[in-house]
Amino acid sequence: MSQTAVQDRPAPVPPSPKSPLSSRALPRWAPVGFAAASIALGCGLGALAGWESRTQWGLVSALFFVLISYTVTSAVENKRQAKDRLATSVVWVCFILAVVPLLSLIWVTVSRGIKVLDTYFLTHSMAGVPGFEAGGGVYHAIIGTLEQVGLATVISVPIGLLTAVYLVEYGKGALAKAVTFFVDVMTGIPSIVAGLFILSIMLMFQLSPSGLMGALALAILMIPVVVRSTEEMLKLVPNELREAALALGVPKWRTIVKVVVPTALGGITTGVMLAVARIAGETAPIMLLVFGSQLINANPFEGAQSSLPFYIWEQYRVGSEASYDRAWAAALVLIAFVMLLNLVARGIARWKAPKTGR
Amino acid sequence: MASTTPIDSPPPTQAPPVATEKSTSTGRAGDKIFLALSRGSGILLLAIMASIAGFLAYRSAIAISADEGNFLTTFDWDPAGDPPVFGIAVLLFGTVVSSVIAMVIAVPIAVGIALFISHYAPRRLAAPLAYVVDLLAAVPSIIYGIWGALFLVPYLEGLNLWLDEFFAWTYLFEKTEVGVARSLFTVGILLAIMILPIVTSVSREVFLQVPRMNEEAALALGATRWEVIRMSVLPFGRSGVISASMLGLGRALGETMAVATVLSPSFVISFHLLNPGGGTFAQNIAAKFDEANELGRDALIASGLVLFILTLLVNGAARLIIARRKEYSGANA
Repeated sequence: MSQTAVQDRPAPVPPSPKSPLSSRALPRWAPVGFAAASIALGCGLGALAGWESRTQWGLVSALFFVLISYTVTSAVENKRQAKDRLATSVVWVCFILAVVPLLSLIWVTVSRGIKVLDTYFLTHSMAGVPGFEAGGGVYHAIIGTLEQVGLATVISVPIGLLTAVYLVEYGKGALAKAVTFFVDVMTGIPSIVAGLFILSIMLMFQLSPSGLMGALALAILMIPVVVRSTEEMLKLVPNELREAALALGVPKWRTIVKVVVPTALGGITTGVMLAVARIAGETAPIMLLVFGSQLINANPFEGAQSSLPFYIWEQYRVGSEASYDRAWAAALVLIAFVMLLNLVARGIARWKAPKTGR
Repeated sequence: MASTTPIDSPPPTQAPPVATEKSTSTGRAGDKIFLALSRGSGILLLAIMASIAGFLAYRSAIAISADEGNFLTTFDWDPAGDPPVFGIAVLLFGTVVSSVIAMVIAVPIAVGIALFISHYAPRRLAAPLAYVVDLLAAVPSIIYGIWGALFLVPYLEGLNLWLDEFFAWTYLFEKTEVGVARSLFTVGILLAIMILPIVTSVSREVFLQVPRMNEEAALALGATRWEVIRMSVLPFGRSGVISASMLGLGRALGETMAVATVLSPSFVISFHLLNPGGGTFAQNIAAKFDEANELGRDALIASGLVLFILTLLVNGAARLIIARRKEYSGANA
């Protein structure tokens, strides 16, 4: 009995016809058949009624799919099987619903962004280009993003790493509990609040906006992410390694620096890269703290700078066709940068994953 | 004292090292420095949290004492006026309403996706599909914003008309003002897409932790897959789903750029969700910052403080639920 139960689970919906327990069952290809029939019905109805939006066609087809499979199954098999199939189709529809916006977003960004994206766009700033006219580029914004994100990384990685080491290797008491809790809570701080915090410091000490201020706010957003991912990775390091090092008389701090951290380095790198990808797209703190500029300013410690997400926002606000084109092109650059970081990070994670024996 | 003793002795498990004090003296110095550094950065983190609250509170106090209106109930935002009058009533309303819409849309779908990945998707595809959903989280919010404003808003016109035509009797979906779909409802839809990944990934983790025994017991009794999920997976995962949705809520509350690009702001409270207008804390800060004078900035900081407290409460509650569940189920032991 249990044997069949275990086998049933991974197998697709209909119970195998071999089982003497199952009564009448639909063939295995039934869902595909339902899908084909409902798509045909949906498109047919759409074409007949003359609906313009293809989304409506899709929605109607999905509705037909759910209805058809429910009624047919409850007629041929029974109510319980029908309910099961209903749940299956609803779950599938949920997944497709989530993928549609992602695909649409990527499609729109690529198709609209490719229009003005060329080497000129990547190597020129907006100096002297009126917002509503074509021309100009994102060079100044790319420099700004790289510098701000770089500074934020330099600030937050040591703090994040050391905090994670503290939590995993030393922390036991109330302090560790408090830090763990507040790291979690800090992950949820809205980026605009981090920006306002630095802004209130700026107002207090009469500081002027610069890339560094933006980087400080970004670092606040980045630290908890680095702590969390590093913590997870350090926890995966087998205790035997630590014990072996300690048994050889190696001081604890050298054990951590020479054994524990190197073992987890792949995972830590992944975490840092994901965190970088995360903050590279933050607009709100930059808007409050770096102010944006049309010119190239390579000095992050003084004067206003731009950044890619801020550039998109700026161009969107101008509101002309040419500026929309620039916004999309910058969005394409940003999305490519972020996705690349993501892919590389996951690649490293897979390649360097600590062997957990499974 | 009890908390410091395990820290003082260098190796945690095999406590007293064989080596004498002399031979480890350099190591000990290193240990002390290293411990101080790592504990210091932990404390620094707490200090940052405390100073965020402190600085925001201080600047807010300046703003609120200069406010001639009631900060909580005024329907206006004019800190540059004479006398300066501003209040957060509309912003609080807009923030909560748009986030609740996002939750109502996103949570059922996210639970569906999580179930799909944990129980329905073909084994080999599960990991890549989970990754695709995670990619949704990687897209920067400003790109969601321009996608929402330039693509989704025109697209939703039809849906708005349809809702107005058939569901106007619900009051919520009655559209009394003409205008493009730059409404709280559209913002809610966009926010729903943005919080899908986090709700999905936390729920998925919980669903994957359901003890196999429970599921197999249900299967052995002849349950269909849906019955297994209803009887063993969902009850087990309920608290996890609740905390996942609260994490999502925290995200939605503080979202800035996507709301700022899509919404056409106005200082009115209306339960006609399809009408353009309304505002959220973050959106208001983004929109008003450029023209704000000194007091105006402090006023925005004050509204930011309210947002900070709101997200703190929501996130803290979510984390507490997760932590309690961990202790209870021993799933992560």
